[in-house]
Amino acid sequence: MIRSNVLVCGGAGCLSSGCHAVQDALKQELTKRGLDKEINIVVTGCMGPCDLGPVILVHPDGTFYQRVTALDVPALVEEHFIKGRAYAKLLPKDEVSANLITTQRDFGFFAKQEKIVLANCGLIDAENIEEYIARDGYAALGTVLTTKKPADVIAEIKLSGLRGRGGAGFPTGVKWELLAKAPATPKFLICNADEGDPGAFMNRAVLEGDPHAVLEGMIIGGYATGASRGFIYIRAEYPLAIKRLQIAIDQAYQHGLLGKNLFETDFSFDIEMRIGAGAFVCGEETALMRSIEGRRGQPSPRPPFPAQRGLWGKPTNINNVETWATVPAIIRKGANWYNQFGTEKTKGTKVFALAGKIRNTGLVEVPYGTTLRQIIFGIGGGIPGGKKFKAVQTGGPSGGVIPAEHLDTPVEYESLQKLGSIMGSGGMVVMDEDSCMVDVARFFLEFCCDESCGKCPPCRVGTKQILNILERICAGEGQMEDLDKLEQLAAVVKDASLCGLGQTAPNPVQTTLRYFRAEYEAHIKEKRCPAKVCRGLLTYTIHYDNCVGCSICARNCPTNTILKVKGQKKYYIIEDDCIQCGACLDVCKFNAILKASDGVAHVVPPKPELEPVPGRKVMVTA
Amino acid sequence: MNLEELKKLKEKAQRQVALREGNKKYRVVVSMGTSGIAAGARDVMKTMLDEIEKRGLDDVEVRVTGEHGLEDVEPVIRIEEAGGEETTYARLDAEKAKKIVAEHLGKGKKVENLAVGKQKKTE
Ligand SMILES: Cc1cc2nc3c(=O)[nH]c(=O)nc-3n(C[C@H](O)[C@H](O)[C@H](O)COP(=O)(O)O)c2cc1C
Repeated sequence: MIRSNVLVCGGAGCLSSGCHAVQDALKQELTKRGLDKEINIVVTGCMGPCDLGPVILVHPDGTFYQRVTALDVPALVEEHFIKGRAYAKLLPKDEVSANLITTQRDFGFFAKQEKIVLANCGLIDAENIEEYIARDGYAALGTVLTTKKPADVIAEIKLSGLRGRGGAGFPTGVKWELLAKAPATPKFLICNADEGDPGAFMNRAVLEGDPHAVLEGMIIGGYATGASRGFIYIRAEYPLAIKRLQIAIDQAYQHGLLGKNLFETDFSFDIEMRIGAGAFVCGEETALMRSIEGRRGQPSPRPPFPAQRGLWGKPTNINNVETWATVPAIIRKGANWYNQFGTEKTKGTKVFALAGKIRNTGLVEVPYGTTLRQIIFGIGGGIPGGKKFKAVQTGGPSGGVIPAEHLDTPVEYESLQKLGSIMGSGGMVVMDEDSCMVDVARFFLEFCCDESCGKCPPCRVGTKQILNILERICAGEGQMEDLDKLEQLAAVVKDASLCGLGQTAPNPVQTTLRYFRAEYEAHIKEKRCPAKVCRGLLTYTIHYDNCVGCSICARNCPTNTILKVKGQKKYYIIEDDCIQCGACLDVCKFNAILKASDGVAHVVPPKPELEPVPGRKVMVTA
Repeated sequence: MNLEELKKLKEKAQRQVALREGNKKYRVVVSMGTSGIAAGARDVMKTMLDEIEKRGLDDVEVRVTGEHGLEDVEPVIRIEEAGGEETTYARLDAEKAKKIVAEHLGKGKKVENLAVGKQKKTE
């Protein structure tokens, strides 16, 4: 009998921190000690806390181990599996009490989540259809095909209140009904797995950890809407997700869960994958369909909507990965079970990807209506290094930035919109006091400007103009009139752009102007970057009291602009030649390099007589 | 695939993942401290695992723990039941372990002559 399952996270995060080596070591050690018939190793999808990886979860005890390396494995096996006590070295610690946490249940990161979409992620072997079936997989499909009419399924989805997870939050049941009512055939379904937001990996985790849930959702959708074929559009940058999805599709066909006459009914459904080259705009539904058709991925005006004229001109319905993956749970447990989660307007749970200046980066799933504070501080563990929270950007590159005074906002589509941001697909980038809000706006605008497909001028030209102004301000060359120009341009780009890319791209500028205008003004009026980020506005000076004359700064300066003070064991930075790269600050061990952004108030320290750096062969320019 | 086949496949597959879901009726906790191991606790556990498998008892999980504090009477196991009842068995060997699996885990009948101390009810 197998007495224990060791779940080794095989999500992309843990893969890159080395979970393969840990798997191998575990297998070896368990065999060596004759435990391989008692203890099973299961490779799962993402468990969530990616920065703690490689992570391991041991059942039935529920013990969670973090940052496991192959070298730890022998001791871990000895302690946990032979002697039956948790291996303290790899246990997480409670932030407040500093006590070790022995079970996953007690770990704040997990304890405060509500997992519906991620219920199987990190629990089952995604490459084994039987494990999905063991967890009631394909039961919803079986019930639907044998006992329900398509219209009943749509009614159930409508009643559940499920809204699309791709960003706009459109009611899924309503969209399905549009497709069901469309007269033309054949009809198609698409799963949007493009996930182009940098830093977002909610969809990847589902595809890698529970691919059958996506397939089952699509097949149910096919039955409800009368579609006969489904396409999963996935970006080439997700090789592991592609691999697991293909395995899942193959296994579903082998088990007669895809293909002809499913569950001995006359309903047939096929699914295939289409690999995208990874352009942000190809996540937009009309561009995505063109891309599947083999044409250039550019959006087109709606109407006609996909349900009227979609893929190859046929009625089509597109939903996001997470939307599809939610469907089986709703059918299995009922719409009224599902709609008890969430808020009045938005039902259910949402997966968020926490990134940036936050202690626990990774994936979390919480009911809609959970506040930003609960997510960032409760689950995310707050800001590391004793720094202060400054803002959180929700919704990906074209989302807005939300400041501390709105931390108690419940997260749902409407509330975020009111603050000038969006839900997007669920990215959350946390920023602390070291982030410059003008630089943040510049960074995201640069992304959207790059990713603009160029079809419509407001987006193509407008984002570039906004970016130019932001770059100017960051370089300390901005004017106060620029702020008005930014606001005008932002409004025009939003109003006049063809697709969601341009319509949302100005959000970072608008929200930073709304909440952090003083920072823009400091850049423009005082030539000062308060967060000390914008390179053009920084100065580096050597603090003589701390400098011991070790010369390491001078040796690392790429422009040879640090020289020795003549006859003294001190160094001096010639500011005119300094490119503010910060290399000296990084290498100095004596706290002698002073980074500042005092702007117009900056006083250049008097220049002493200088001499070359001993042993360094460079021309003295001064 | 039809509904009946899906159900069968689920039943078969469930044993693979059931350990991860918790809520078993019986939890067998084997004392695996140094003295337990020296007294043959691993043998006892292995026998129990084999027996449980042979009898197809699904509602049981087996865990190991450090010392129970009963060094003199090792190997020791404790059986915890979903209702909160606990029974400790001591001075075990493979034969006794088989009997406990058959009687206690299989039929729900305590093996009184192997049990030690007063059974305890925890809440
Ligand atoms: C620029 C742009 C990028 C988008 N990227 C994605 C994406 O990566 N994934 C996604 O599901 N939806 C994306 N969308 C939204 C889709 O157009 C579409 O609304 C969504 O796939 C519908 O699915 P849902 O109803 O389940 O939300 C994007 C939209 C725009 C304008």
